[in-house]
Amino acid sequence: MSAIFPKWTNRLPLLMLAGLILIGTGVTAGVWYYFTPKYARVGYQPVQPVAFSHAIHVDQLGMDCRYCHSAVEKSWFSNLPASGTCMNCHSQVLKDDPRLALVRQSAATGKPIPWVQIHRTPDYVYFNHSVHVNRGISCVHCHGQINVMDEVYHAKPLSMAFCLECHRDPAAFIRPPDKVTDLTWQWSADPRQNAELQRANGQKFVHDWKVESLQHCSACHR
Amino acid sequence: MRIFLTLLAVVVVLVVAIAGFRGSLSRRTPIEVFPDMDRQLKLRPQTPNGFFANGRSSQMPVPGTIARSTPLQTAAGPVFPYEDAAVNTGRLPGKTNFVDLNPMTVDLRLLERGRERYTINCAPCHGALGDGNGITRKYGMAVIGNLHDKRMVQMPDGEIFNTLSYGKGLMQGYAGQIDVPDRWAVVAYVRALQLARLGTPEDVPASAQAALRK
Ligand code: HEC
Ligand code: HEC
Ligand code: HEC
Ligand code: HEC
Ligand code: HEC
Ligand code: HEC
Repeated sequence: MSAIFPKWTNRLPLLMLAGLILIGTGVTAGVWYYFTPKYARVGYQPVQPVAFSHAIHVDQLGMDCRYCHSAVEKSWFSNLPASGTCMNCHSQVLKDDPRLALVRQSAATGKPIPWVQIHRTPDYVYFNHSVHVNRGISCVHCHGQINVMDEVYHAKPLSMAFCLECHRDPAAFIRPPDKVTDLTWQWSADPRQNAELQRANGQKFVHDWKVESLQHCSACHR
Repeated sequence: MRIFLTLLAVVVVLVVAIAGFRGSLSRRTPIEVFPDMDRQLKLRPQTPNGFFANGRSSQMPVPGTIARSTPLQTAAGPVFPYEDAAVNTGRLPGKTNFVDLNPMTVDLRLLERGRERYTINCAPCHGALGDGNGITRKYGMAVIGNLHDKRMVQMPDGEIFNTLSYGKGLMQGYAGQIDVPDRWAVVAYVRALQLARLGTPEDVPASAQAALRK
């Protein structure tokens, strides 16, 4: 009498177990790698209605962020400039350039330019620019090297873990408040010395200004 | 088993090929993995909003509304923003004549503040020295006022305040970007720039002479 189950079926449970472990590992690795703001947000670079370049205006012309984002020190919200702000210069510079047609039209009619928002925290999070900027936290920590971007992209995850990494130890990031908008600024060109100076001066700032290490939930979820 | 392993490998390669790596640039709007309460029905600044007739969330204040609670500290004491005072208008109260002197207490703090605000808002055109040789001159801004012209030096403080608030000729106003006390700080700093240009080495205090001669 031939066997109902052939011999190889003896190994079936083992094979199934191995398969499940492999699939499980694959799915876990996939979720770990992909289901995080580090993947979902970082690199988001929408097409903007006007080909505005921070590299030209900040790096080449040496403009300060606050010429355009003028509310960043005063408000929780860092505004985008009105098209009138662009026209301060572009009424004379590149006066008839087709790339700026939308800006001119917007300044003339008052219809806003539909810029696409890139950075946006969920609505259950309370965030405030002025607190950070006035405490010597530079734009570069949360937005990356905007000064060399031709098109802005989302450079940092801005997840809760990211915020907390700094809130646990602000001394590692604080710099003099007048250097906040200078994104290439460093304590020293030598990386080791830079780290040492950062630590020493950071701790001094934290002590002198009584900077708190805000980790309680109601700091950001209020 | 071999078929299963190949299939698994194909799936992994497919996922990586479609989804890419962390940090790669993408034009797609980020996926929200758990979207609960991420987007709530509340007004955020500078976003489209159907509630108002002009379709925006940020509205202009009704004409005539004033911030009333915080007085400005001037040299002559606190002044509220709604008062007809030189600090608010740049003009003598009740008249159209410009006020001659800066109504704020001019001290080192005001000048430092003025320098910072000047560097941010004015230097791109007027240059760090105020001579109208800012970076934009190289790119086609032909007429930029030289703040060291005799006319500008003799101008009352109130007129400079008025120019930088509401603009003049080809220059547009900065009332929206610079607050009133900061505007007076800029005026004070412009005065300091003019004084520095007109001064002679003898004007420098004796204690700083040595550093100057070096
Ligand atoms: C000449 C005006 C100007 C200057 C100067 C400027 N910006 Fe911008 N910025 C803009 C405009 C316009 C946009 C919207 C278009 C875009 O995203 O490219 C923008 C967008 C941004 C965004 C993305 C906003 C979003 O949607 O999330 C960030 C972040 C930013 N700027 C940071 C900076 C920093 C940091 C500096 C200083 C190093 C700076 N900007 C200087 C005009 C300016
Ligand atoms: C301080 C003056 C100034 C302001 C303010 C300013 N720009 Fe410019 N912009 C320039 C100059 C100078 C150039 C370079 C012109 C050239 O290369 O010939 C330029 C170039 C550009 C270009 C062409 C970029 C390219 O690829 O060559 C665009 C588009 C532009 N600006 C948009 C804007 C927008 C939008 C704003 C308002 C948010 C703005 N600019 C505000 C001075 C300014
Ligand atoms: C501590 C982190 C942090 C720092 C420092 C920081 N930002 Fe931001 N920024 C954010 C976050 C988070 C958002 C998204 C806020 C929101 O939900 O609207 C944002 C949004 C923005 C936007 C887009 C606003 C909009 O809705 O269109 C601009 C522009 C901007 N930041 C500019 C700046 C500039 C300029 C500086 C430096 C002077 C700066 N930020 C410093 C975290 C930071
Ligand atoms: C690079 C450092 C750094 C990062 C990143 C950072 N913060 Fe902060 N945050 C600070 C410092 C410093 C303070 C000031 C603490 C103080 O004044 O005692 C602060 C204060 C705050 C406050 C307190 C405001 C108040 O009025 O009490 C909030 C809310 C906040 N941060 C939210 C966030 C959120 C949300 C993020 C992530 C998007 C974030 N922060 C990322 C450094 C940082
Ligand atoms: C430094 C600011 C900060 C503090 C402190 C903080 N959070 Fe958050 N939290 C955030 C930010 C920012 C997000 C949004 C993360 C995102 O969008 O990726 C968030 C998201 C969350 C979420 C939703 C996660 C999700 O993906 O749906 C929960 C739940 C949460 N926080 C709980 C807490 C609890 C509990 C505490 C106290 C132990 C706390 N948070 C303290 C900044 C903070
Ligand atoms: C976008 C370039 C630009 C910026 C930025 C700028 N100006 Fe001007 N400014 C001009 C131009 C152009 C003129 C010449 C106007 C004319 O004669 O039509 C001028 C003229 C002036 C004048 C002389 C007005 C007169 O009576 O003839 C003063 C005073 C002045 N600017 C002050 C300032 C101050 C203070 C700031 C900083 C808040 C500033 N400007 C920023 C372009 C600029």
